[in-house]
Order: sequence, then structure tokens, then C-alpha cells
Amino acid sequence: MRVQISGGRVIDPANDIDGRLNLFIADGKVVACGHAPDGFDADINIDATNRIVCPGLVDLRAHLREPGQEHKATIESECRAAAHGGITTLCCPPTTTPAVDTPAVASLIIRRAETAGLARVVPLGAMTRGLDGKHLSEMAALRVAGCTGVSNDFRSIDNPLILSRAMEYAATFDLTVFINAQNPHLANNGTVHAGAVSSRLGLAGIPAAAETVAVAACLALVEQIGVRTHFSLLSTTRAAQMIARAQHDGLPVTADVSAHHLHLTENDVLDFDSQCHVMPPLRTLRDRDGLRQWLARDTIAAICSDHQPHEADAKLAPFGETATGITALETLLPLSLRLVDDGVLTINEMIASLTLRPARILGVEAGDLAPGRRADVCVFDPEHYWVLSRDRLVSRGHNTPFLDWELKGRVTHTLLGGVPVFEYKP
Amino acid sequence: MDIDSLNPEQIIADMAAALRTLLASQEIADPLMVGIYTGGAWVAQRLHRQLGLENPLGTLDISFYRDDFTRVGMNPQVKPSLLPVSIEDRHVILVDDILNTGRTIRAALNELFDYGRPASILLAVLVDRGGRELPIQADVVGARTRLAAGEHIKLHGPLPLRLSRVGVAR
Amino acid sequence: MDKRNIQLDDNGQLRHFLTIEGLKRQLLVDILDAAESFTSVTEQTVKKVPLLRGKTIVNLFFESSTRTRTTFELAAKRLSADVLNININASATTKGETLLDTQRNLEAMQCDMFVVRHAVSGAAHFIARHAAPHVSVINAGDGSHAHPTQAMLDMFTIRHHKGEFHKLRVAIVGDILHSRVARSQIHALSTLGVEEIRVIGPKTLIPVEAHTLGVHVHHDLRTGLRDIDVIITLRLQHERMSGAFLPSEHEYFQLYGLTEARLELAKPDAIIMHPGPINRGVEIESAVADGPRSVILNQVAHGTAVRMAIMAKAMQRLPNLSARELH
Repeated sequence: MRVQISGGRVIDPANDIDGRLNLFIADGKVVACGHAPDGFDADINIDATNRIVCPGLVDLRAHLREPGQEHKATIESECRAAAHGGITTLCCPPTTTPAVDTPAVASLIIRRAETAGLARVVPLGAMTRGLDGKHLSEMAALRVAGCTGVSNDFRSIDNPLILSRAMEYAATFDLTVFINAQNPHLANNGTVHAGAVSSRLGLAGIPAAAETVAVAACLALVEQIGVRTHFSLLSTTRAAQMIARAQHDGLPVTADVSAHHLHLTENDVLDFDSQCHVMPPLRTLRDRDGLRQWLARDTIAAICSDHQPHEADAKLAPFGETATGITALETLLPLSLRLVDDGVLTINEMIASLTLRPARILGVEAGDLAPGRRADVCVFDPEHYWVLSRDRLVSRGHNTPFLDWELKGRVTHTLLGGVPVFEYKP
Repeated sequence: MDIDSLNPEQIIADMAAALRTLLASQEIADPLMVGIYTGGAWVAQRLHRQLGLENPLGTLDISFYRDDFTRVGMNPQVKPSLLPVSIEDRHVILVDDILNTGRTIRAALNELFDYGRPASILLAVLVDRGGRELPIQADVVGARTRLAAGEHIKLHGPLPLRLSRVGVAR
Repeated sequence: MDKRNIQLDDNGQLRHFLTIEGLKRQLLVDILDAAESFTSVTEQTVKKVPLLRGKTIVNLFFESSTRTRTTFELAAKRLSADVLNININASATTKGETLLDTQRNLEAMQCDMFVVRHAVSGAAHFIARHAAPHVSVINAGDGSHAHPTQAMLDMFTIRHHKGEFHKLRVAIVGDILHSRVARSQIHALSTLGVEEIRVIGPKTLIPVEAHTLGVHVHHDLRTGLRDIDVIITLRLQHERMSGAFLPSEHEYFQLYGLTEARLELAKPDAIIMHPGPINRGVEIESAVADGPRSVILNQVAHGTAVRMAIMAKAMQRLPNLSARELH
């Protein structure tokens, strides 16, 4: 199939391209950007006038709920939501049931996604068997099955000796270690940031130190072992500062932040709004602004969705008893665009933090529109205003605090390997 | 009748005389007077003094007994009811300023019975303005008048007492 | 999402009583005034008034508390409401659906008010947010968040003994961190405009950024009690003394126990309050608890009248504020 995307502003940070150019796609790959190759005859012509054409978005953290929690969502349902959000590559954490601790589970996820054909899914392998924090998983086999990184998610590995061995073992097979930095003892079953709001509402708080203590411990091990390490979902300015220093010292560490941590703060929890119950917790305005700054300075390289679809009942309880997380695939791009309007990032930086940089962290071929590359493309209208409503959400989960928010920026076309998987119809 | 020209003090003096006669005819020697807060209490104060009653005066705030509470709400200036002596087996003279629908009196009777079982209750009112919605009438009436629907009489006080006609706030 | 005060109805009148935070000063004063009037009801031969006749009030207790439940039950009965007591073992219903199901079932039975006690912060808000339009919710204590009726009864006691609020310095001593009573007291005292609120305790028992609640933090009882008019001591839960928050009862009493000698530091006419039940010899010595300046028993006595006032306020529906004349 041949596709021509005409008249749009192509932004491709991987190749330093930003301009009004036509993009030509054939047999699933980009064939040219600019002039049409000789004899190019498009089967599909997409008019991208006044739109931005960029690589398909790469989301470093999206829970797809399959296998094990199909009552919340399935790989197919969430890949469809991803296509609506312009996302073509999804990295899912190993917290499925069973966990992604065997090649069979990893292959199952990848195969299901391929069958659905709406987005590419790269699962993270479990660092320990069943995420038990005690026994190393068969990482070499997971690597062969398609995992590029391993993680123990928020089930922290309590014993630093086991963590260091897991890191060493992961390094042996060139796997990236993904860390959700939160010390469980300091977090102590807390549900919100330990601060003014937790004190007001009488909710158990998670101090900022729960994150910084875990980051510090990890950095000390990274320094010794040299394993490529990615800190997922930073929530505090202090942690970002520590990572900036480590990067300055030459440690192979990267970090991401969720889009909602760049917009919401602990104050959004006042009134016990369970839609704002997230992990790590929403922190102070100072933290939010700090995360924005460290994002602008590349210390935090990527913005992820931390997509967590839930059935309605999961949020229908008193705050502390509700499940954590936000359904977020479809708001990733508009919330990131808001950072451009807020003057935090340029549009090019914003697109890099959603495409090229997360692709590099994940170690996959994506986020690049050079000729010969796979044609994962997102076309969006940056000036389109719309209101997020329940019936507009494609994800199975409707749990989001951004309902009724007016958002700016709407994906109009998504192409996965040169095949249109989504087209916006007003 | 021109309501503004009525002299409450004069009416109360007439009421005292009528009450004295009534008490004598019913052979009630030691009655307990209770005024309904606020206007009724002012009238009762004067009657109490003029009749030279020995038992201390009682006051009732019937806010908690109104039948329209959930619609109209609680009066923010509710005062505690004060019944200094037991009403058990006593002859009670209940005093109010304006008698209209009779609902205030019904509420007051209910409240009185929550304090005990009186031997009898007489009702004395300064003005009967008509418009009864309940089978209640006064034993002693100072003055009678007829008002159009939507009109009200108000007793101002405590010093001096003055009656006026007011349009109702809707 | 609708962020207006969930406690008020469309006319700005009290509908739910969940927390003191966000309520206007005049409303608190109205409640205290009404409670004053309701105290006379207990002097009647028939100790009830017909205000809430025909209404059904459900005491929905997910955490057992005979004392609080009893005062609510008594208050409801003195207002002539019918009362249903439902005690639900918290361990049997940790799921939110069950909480919501319980509520829906009771609403289907045409109940008019829920008095809710729950071990989780925000439970009363949750129930209020999902309540049918005719239903009011009163918070009888949720987790460490709020216990607003207890705080109002403490305000009633303070006003009873001290008159005006604006010149008072009040100290709250003990486990502020876990205390829903303390949180509600702090909001009530600041709304009523006291001169100063202090919280006194070791750092392990003081909430982080406590100053944002509008209080001064003291770690030394001796400086904390200086020039104080009202001392509120909080109950120290036994599970806090196991070593994680405090080394021992003994050391706590040494440092923060209220004794005759330490009372010397406060104003001579200072009153001592305690939301009960008391751990004698842990947070307060008997000589103080039973002494002339203790108003602990008065607090209990006022509980019913204050709760009557709050229930009556929340149950009144005012479509038109001006329609008050009745003759």
C-alpha cells in the first residue's frame, strides 16, 4: 500500500526535520520526505494541511490488563484507544496475571497485539519470578521473547543484595532495568503525598523521601554495576535533581514522568476525588513545576501516559480503598501539547519526548521517519479544541480526572507500519 | 378597623378584667400563666402583673413543635422554653399576641403536654384576626379584626407595644 | 467535576455535615445557639420534640462505638425520629461496592438520614456523594479525617465556660496525627476565630506541615501551655505506644501527661477537656481529670443537644427563606 501525507508540518526530531513537507510511504516504510520518489502513485492520500505530522508516539508505560484482568480491559481494546491517541508503540509493565516472568506470557502479549494490529506492544519482563522480589527471573529467555527491559514495578525488591544481582544479571543480557522508585517502608501503605493535603484530609501520606531514598539506593548500585537504568514515573523534584547529577557523572540513567504529574498536584485530591488517586502520588505545586523544569532540561527524557484502565467499581469506594491510576492513552498528546502552550517545551522538544527519546530508552526501532524506517506516523491538528467526555473515550476504562476538561490538540490519523489504524471523523 | 390606632395597653387592661371574671366564675385560684415567645410573652408579662399572679410567669418557644419545620426550617433565634413551676395538675392560662390559623396554639398545646398534664388550659389573645384552620378558639379576646389573605398583623415591643398591619413577604 | 461544597444544598443551606472545613462561622454559631435551646428539652417530662416526626435516621456504624452511637440515637429519638442501628463489621465489607450496596438498600427503604462512622478517611464524603437527593449524611467519624459533631460539642462546652471565642488560646495535646477529633477541633476553633491554636506533642504524632492547618506547633508541654485558656488532651491509642511512634507510655506521661503541677503553666482559670475515653495515667492524671477545672463530664452531657441541633439543621429544607411568619 502506498500512502501520501500532503501539506502537513513534518516534525521528526530524529532527523532534525521541521517543515512543510510531503511524506511518502510504501510497503510499510517511509520512502521519502519532501519530493515524491519517481513514479510514486498513492493508494491513499491524506490531506494534512494545518496539521502536524510526526512519528507515532511511544508510550513507556501503559497497563493493558491482559492477561489476567480482562474485566478491566484487553490488549485489543487498549490498543484501539492507543491508535485514537496517536500512539503506535506501547510498553506494558510486567504486572499481568501471571506476571511477565516467562517467555510464554511475553509472547502471548506480543502476539495478541499483532493480531489486533492497532499498535505495537513491547512488554517489560519481570525482574523476579512472579515479582516476588526474591528469585531472579529467566531474563535471557525474556530477552529472546522480545522484552528489551525488566522491571519489578512497585513491588520493590527489599533486599539490596537481590536488587544488585538482578541488575548485574540484566546487564549481562543488555536489558534495561526499569525502576519504580518507592521505598515501601517509607510509603507505608500511604495513599497521597505526605504534606498539607494529607494532614488536612487525615489520609496516610507517602513522603517525598520514599522516592528519593529509593532513587539514591538505586543510583549507588548503578554506579557499581553500570547497568542501563530507567527511572519510571518520577514524582519529586529532588529525585529529578539526583538523576541529573548522576547523568552529569556519566551514569547510564534516564527517567520519565507521567503527563498527569505534569498537570495535577496534591490539591486536586481535596474533596477525596478518587480519580486523582495515583501511584506515585500527586505531589506539591513545587514538585510539579520542578518536574516540568527537569523535563525541559532533558534530565527527564520522556512523558508517558501511565495508562491504567479500571472498571467503574474500582473507583467507587472511599478514597484510600480505591484502585490507583488513570485511563490516559487518549489524553497523552493533548496534555503534552498543553506544556507547549505553557511555555515549558517547544513543540519539537515535546514531540521528541513522546517519540524519539522513549524509543531510544526502550531500545526499539520507532520515533524516526527517515527513509527506510517503519512508517509509524501520527497526524494531529494542534489547534483543535475538544472536551473529554465519557462517551468519547475509546479505552475500556473511563477513570480520569480530566473528564469535562477542554483539551487542545486532536489526533486525526494514525498509521502503524504504513497502514491507517485510525482516522478522526468529526 | 384601623389597626394602627389600636392601643395594646388599653386592650390588655380590658383582657385582665375579663380574665379576672372568667377565673372567678371557674373558681380558679392559683393559675399558671404562660406566654408564647415573643409577642405573647410581652402580653403575658403585663397580664401577669395586672392580675397579681403569684406563680412566676412561664414562656414557651414553640419552634420545635411547628408543623411546617421541614418546609420553613428552624428559627435561628430559638429560645429555650422556660416553665419555672411544674404544670402537672395546674390551671394554665396560655397567652399569645395574634390568633390566626390556630397552628401556633396547637404547637403550644403539644409542647405544654410534653411538660406534664395540666388540669385545664385557658387561651387569651390580644387580637383575633380570623382565618382559622383548626378548631381552636380563645376564651379571652382583646380585639377582633378581619384581614385580607396575604395581610398580617404584627405586635412590636416590648416598650412601647404597638400593632401594625404588614403585607406578607412572599 | 463539581467542586462546590458538597455539604450545602442549592440554596446554600446545610444538607450534609461531613467536616467543619468550609462551613461559615455563622452556621457554626447557629448550631451552638440551637443546641442551647435543645438543652431545655431534656428538662421536659416528655423528653422529646416532634421536629423530625416520621423521619427515619440510620446509624450506619462500620466501626464500633457504643458511646457515640448512643448519643446519636438519643438525639434522634428526642427529635421524634425513628432510628435504625446498623453495625457492620468492617472486615466483612472492605469492598466499596458493599458500602454502596448497603447505602442503596437503605435508601430504598425510604431512610432520610445516615449517621456514618467508618474507619477510612473520606467514607462519609463518599456516601454523601452517592446519596439520593432527599438523604442527608452526618459524619460520626471517618478514619483520621474528621469528627465534626464531637468538635461542635467541644465548642459548645468551651462557649459554655468561656463565653466568647476570639480572645481564647487553645492547646491540643497528644496524638494529633491520627486524631479526627483534633482536625475537626482545629477547623472549628479557627472558623470561630480564636486568638491562637497550639498543638503539642512529639514530632512523630504531629502531622507534616501542621502549620498549614493554622496552628502553632510545640514539642515542649511547658512552653506550649503558657497563657492557655483551654487545654484539650487527646486519647492516646494503645497501638501507638508499641514503639513505632513512642518508646513507652511511661516516657509519654513524663513528657506530655497532664498533671496538677503542669497546669500551673496555663492560665489560672483554664479548663481541661478530653474527648474520652480517658487513659488515666497516660495522657492525664486522675487528679486533673476529676479536678475542679475539668469539664470532661459536661462535654458528655452536651453531646445530645449539639447532635440534635446538627440533625435538625441538616433535615430542614428551605425553599424560601423569607417565609417564616406564622400566626
